[in-house]
Amino acid sequence: MEPISKPTVGERTAPTGPALINLGRPPYKTLFWRKLQDNLVQAFSVAALALAVGVMLWILCTILVRGSEALSWDFLTTTTAPHGFKGGIGNALLGTLYITLFAALIAVPPAICAGIWLAEFGKQSRLADALRFSANVMMGMPSIVVGLFVYMILVAPMGASSGLAGSVSLAILMFPVVMRTTEDMLMMVPDTLRESGLALGLTRCRVTLQIICKAARNGMVTGVLLSVARVSGETAPLLFTAQFAQTWPNAFFNGPTASIPVLINNYGMSNFEDLQTAGWGASLVIAVLVLSINIIARVAFRDKKH
Amino acid sequence: MRASAWSDPVFRWLCKICAMLCGLLMVAFFVQLAFASGEAWSEFGLGFFVSTEWDPVRDLYGALPSIAGTVFTTIIALVIALPLAFVSALFIVDAPPWLSRLLGQAVDLLAAIPSIIYGMWGLFVLVPLMDKLWIALGVDHEYGGLGLLTSGLILSLMILPYICAVMRDVFRMTPPMLRESAFGIGCTRWETARDILMRYGIRGLLGGIFIGLGRALGETMAVLFVAGNIMQVPVGFLDGCTTIAATLANNFAEADGIQRSALFALGLILLVMAFAIQVLAQYYLRMTSAKRGEK
Repeated sequence: MEPISKPTVGERTAPTGPALINLGRPPYKTLFWRKLQDNLVQAFSVAALALAVGVMLWILCTILVRGSEALSWDFLTTTTAPHGFKGGIGNALLGTLYITLFAALIAVPPAICAGIWLAEFGKQSRLADALRFSANVMMGMPSIVVGLFVYMILVAPMGASSGLAGSVSLAILMFPVVMRTTEDMLMMVPDTLRESGLALGLTRCRVTLQIICKAARNGMVTGVLLSVARVSGETAPLLFTAQFAQTWPNAFFNGPTASIPVLINNYGMSNFEDLQTAGWGASLVIAVLVLSINIIARVAFRDKKH
Repeated sequence: MRASAWSDPVFRWLCKICAMLCGLLMVAFFVQLAFASGEAWSEFGLGFFVSTEWDPVRDLYGALPSIAGTVFTTIIALVIALPLAFVSALFIVDAPPWLSRLLGQAVDLLAAIPSIIYGMWGLFVLVPLMDKLWIALGVDHEYGGLGLLTSGLILSLMILPYICAVMRDVFRMTPPMLRESAFGIGCTRWETARDILMRYGIRGLLGGIFIGLGRALGETMAVLFVAGNIMQVPVGFLDGCTTIAATLANNFAEADGIQRSALFALGLILLVMAFAIQVLAQYYLRMTSAKRGEK
């Protein structure tokens, strides 16, 4: 009888797992070939990066050149006008500010609470894992589907599109992002800090809010700002929810509200030169807005430790 | 009663409810979309998936052109963006610190540009350019510069920085010891990247790929401007096409009755696709975690 430990020929499998460098199997790769391959990849990566950064500069230059034609103080402070009339983007700019800020107001407090629960209470429990999974799904959710959803739960029952509905759809997009960022930031706070707080006789509630959140504050603010920047340029969810209006946003809660991204969409699709120019101007405004929030978030709230 | 006696449980429950909101929302999305698209499903049945009709006059609707456009543009975008993002991330990690920081921030900013701006740029810069290119090459092109290839290109430009940013973070997390060991036994930079960085960070790399995939799948504005919005199954790279998201954006405002229901059904299909990607990613990572030596 054969010993059990010795595998028969049929069972023998090729050694699996990563072989670091394949030197054993002839023909050997010569050093020349390996270095050539390395240099080729290096050249390719330089080219790829040059392409990526080049395209970014190209896009920014196009916006800057075409957008600056439209830009003036009047352009920023007057309401939109139909083709043939002199108009600005003031109402859309104000509408974007309203919609975005209100979205942050709705989404941020519960999202931070949710992040706190995941990091401090839920941890590795089954429910917490399920909620993390749902957050991942929500983050990968196509933004236009969010627009459909909010249309059904808010616009259809109310009978009219409104800035509020736009805010809610942006809030839904923000929620999982802020939740996961908060969790990640809280997890980075060392446990000793929690323990010292509890040892002083503080409640979990106060330890979390006054010690842990304070320690993680910079990261959390950065996360919130970045998500605000991201949703402020979102167009698709606003198409059906906030729609567009030629007037100042005076009916935020029950009437269509203009916003910059939807304005760019409408004007970009139009066939009139003057509207297209205004669209470029609006693109410049929203790009500057989004990029400056990004830069502020990264520079001002960067953790000194890292 | 002292405040500390009740504040803790209340706080705990408040946080728990907020966290449950996320799961609840996800379920609500499926329920609402399924509910709103019920009429279309009962009218067209499973034939909805394979029908190429989109005829508001006879009220006949099919999803195949939109699904095909979505899948094809996503594939083109990934095929272009993945290798570029991978090697760019490698370069950023290997570059001298000042250059690495500068390029890293450039990539982060690139990822922050709103998609509508990519759409605008695509329509007014890339589309005429593609048109000129096809004329110069003497290629027969029916739709000007619009179409499948242009949509894929714009999408790849859009998702490249996302994937690159994730990959860069993954490469940076690799312990320096591992890379130095590889260099120590004489590996070239590329061999180190292929055999050490890529294997160590496969989890994160996949995460980056799936983020890019999800973005490309659900992107509306960039594609809407350059796809041509033709309701047909594209067979060539230069054919006009449409995607699920673009079809929704184009038709939803004017639609009612069964057409609106059909659009909700398209939305549900898109949602299920995005969901399936997440499930696949999680499943793959769980299945292979033992092989990679985690836990």
